[in-house]
Amino acid sequence: MNIVVCVKQVPDSTEVKINPETGTLIRAGVPSIINPYDHFALQAALELKKKHDFKVTLVSMGPPQAKSVVQMGMALGADEGILLSDMAFAGSDTWATSYALSKAIRKIGKVDMIFAGMQAIDGDTAQTGPGVAQQLGMPQITFCERVEVDGRRIIAHKQIDGGHEVLEARPPVLLTMIMHKDYTPRYPSFLAISASLKKPFHVWSAADIGAEAQFLGLKGSPTQVDKIYPPPQREKAAMFSGSGVEGMQRILQIMKAEHFLED
Amino acid sequence: MIEVSKKCIGCNKCVPVCPFAAINMIDKKAVMNEACTLCGVCVQICPVQAITITREEASARDLSGYKGVWVYVELTENGEKTQTRKIKQVTFELLSAGRRLADELGQDLCAVLLADKNHNYEKELGAYGADKVYLVEHDELFEYNTDIFSTVIVSLVTRHKPSIMLYGATIQGRDLAPRVASTLYVGLTADCTALAIKDGLLLQSRPAFGGNIMADILAPSSRPQMSTVRPNVMKLCEPVHGRSSLVVRESAKLDKSLRRVKVLERKIAHDAGSVRIENSRVIVSGGRGMKTKEKFRQLEELSKLLGGVVGASRAAVDLGFKEKTHQVGQSGTTVSPKLYLSFGISGAVQHIVGMKASDVIIAVNKDPNAPIFNVAKYGIVGDAHEIVPKLIEALKKQK
Repeated sequence: MNIVVCVKQVPDSTEVKINPETGTLIRAGVPSIINPYDHFALQAALELKKKHDFKVTLVSMGPPQAKSVVQMGMALGADEGILLSDMAFAGSDTWATSYALSKAIRKIGKVDMIFAGMQAIDGDTAQTGPGVAQQLGMPQITFCERVEVDGRRIIAHKQIDGGHEVLEARPPVLLTMIMHKDYTPRYPSFLAISASLKKPFHVWSAADIGAEAQFLGLKGSPTQVDKIYPPPQREKAAMFSGSGVEGMQRILQIMKAEHFLED
Repeated sequence: MIEVSKKCIGCNKCVPVCPFAAINMIDKKAVMNEACTLCGVCVQICPVQAITITREEASARDLSGYKGVWVYVELTENGEKTQTRKIKQVTFELLSAGRRLADELGQDLCAVLLADKNHNYEKELGAYGADKVYLVEHDELFEYNTDIFSTVIVSLVTRHKPSIMLYGATIQGRDLAPRVASTLYVGLTADCTALAIKDGLLLQSRPAFGGNIMADILAPSSRPQMSTVRPNVMKLCEPVHGRSSLVVRESAKLDKSLRRVKVLERKIAHDAGSVRIENSRVIVSGGRGMKTKEKFRQLEELSKLLGGVVGASRAAVDLGFKEKTHQVGQSGTTVSPKLYLSFGISGAVQHIVGMKASDVIIAVNKDPNAPIFNVAKYGIVGDAHEIVPKLIEALKKQK
């Protein structure tokens, strides 16, 4: 089978700092990482590759520097990498991003499974995966913990609200992955990275994938950012001290005042 | 297109605020590089209005016929088929918020219900404000399925043309809404924390970058304007029992072949301990300061007494106090409960980004300078592992 994994480069939000005066984001110097959910999706695909000898192709959309996440994925074992990079993509919302990714995946050719992270940590929308599935006319299984393949049967263990389901689908299918202990993210060695430089890597533009300008970027995005602003500042914590019984009483008092407990 | 005009004075204010490090100061003029996503933060910070983003308008669609605020009704997952499914609370929260929007627009609030059998659901939906219930009753709708449900919703929307449609940001809502939005080529905004009407449009506010910034989103040129909203975000209105809603029956041609993904097995967790932490109203979280696995285990009891679930810091997970599925933070789960009670967590940034959106944070830590106190509403400087057993004792006495 042929597997495509969608990966995104995101700012490491643990490193993001807030300017205390303006309340705005200080982004300069913040490292970029592979979206953690995509990392789990990649591990899931690589595990299937190891077991069944599937081919794994990575697709990412972003500025030229996003090549590093594709390179890392190839160093971990993916066979091929594609980066969609073009100023025409800038400002794309989840609809326009799904459109571009689905165009690229069509160009790749016969694809049996697509893996993606459940969501990206910079946008937290969880919309791009289902969007790609829809635009390719594929079924989707979202919020997967584990995926197994048995012949032509694809078995996915997924979360549902308040429980779990085991689902079955036939290829092609798109799966979005949550973080799960079965797929612990690995990081490549320096040697693996240099070895991966020999693997095929392509940068595709909007024209390369046959994407129409009217569906890309700001113009192609149904949603618009009207305004960006700092979140309301929290007031300073009301501080108390006290261990044991004293601390306990203080907590009870607070929970009553906040109506979490009855008086 | 983003452009910097001659007005730029090279003041450098835009460079550090760019979320994508996409601005360089070259010859005392801001220059955007390829990392620019046209997010617009720089436009707002620029003191001399030198930066402009122009947007070519997509070909105008005729939007005049779109009216009404719709709410997708989500039913509980059934463990056994014979079980009567209930309407999830998030639906009532959406109706409460939707009622406000509909009143402001002077339009109807409609609930959209897909089920194999209607158990007088219109009564409860009416009590929470629905004027109308679009009901599709069909055997194939006995359980949620992406293909089948999105097909039905798309056909209803095409037929009746609502202006706004709201979904719960549950696992089901987050599976369904993007599929529908993609098919219809309409805007969808995830996890809205506030909804309002601005110049006749739905103004959707949501946090981004792990809650570090807020964004207001509009979808001016497509209908319906769709949003998902997390459970426990919108305030529930007082139900008016006896207030009825009109049931509009809709037909759907559904065939088994639409079901491309089949359920082999479903497990519904009944004990509070296995409630997903992102959906919990109350989270009792512990860190290294709980000292031992045995002491950490007391948090289970405490969380049960408070009707919540247990969360853990990365340190607690690494020490083997709790399973990874309960980890709150960057490499775990992002949560926003009504009450977040933290014991012995110092509050590394990775943890803070995952819980700071909680309504009320009460933090216990013995270090008065612990960063957790920067986001807490109440801070108690004390030994967490000593307070927990006392708290359990006191709560048990109250019951």
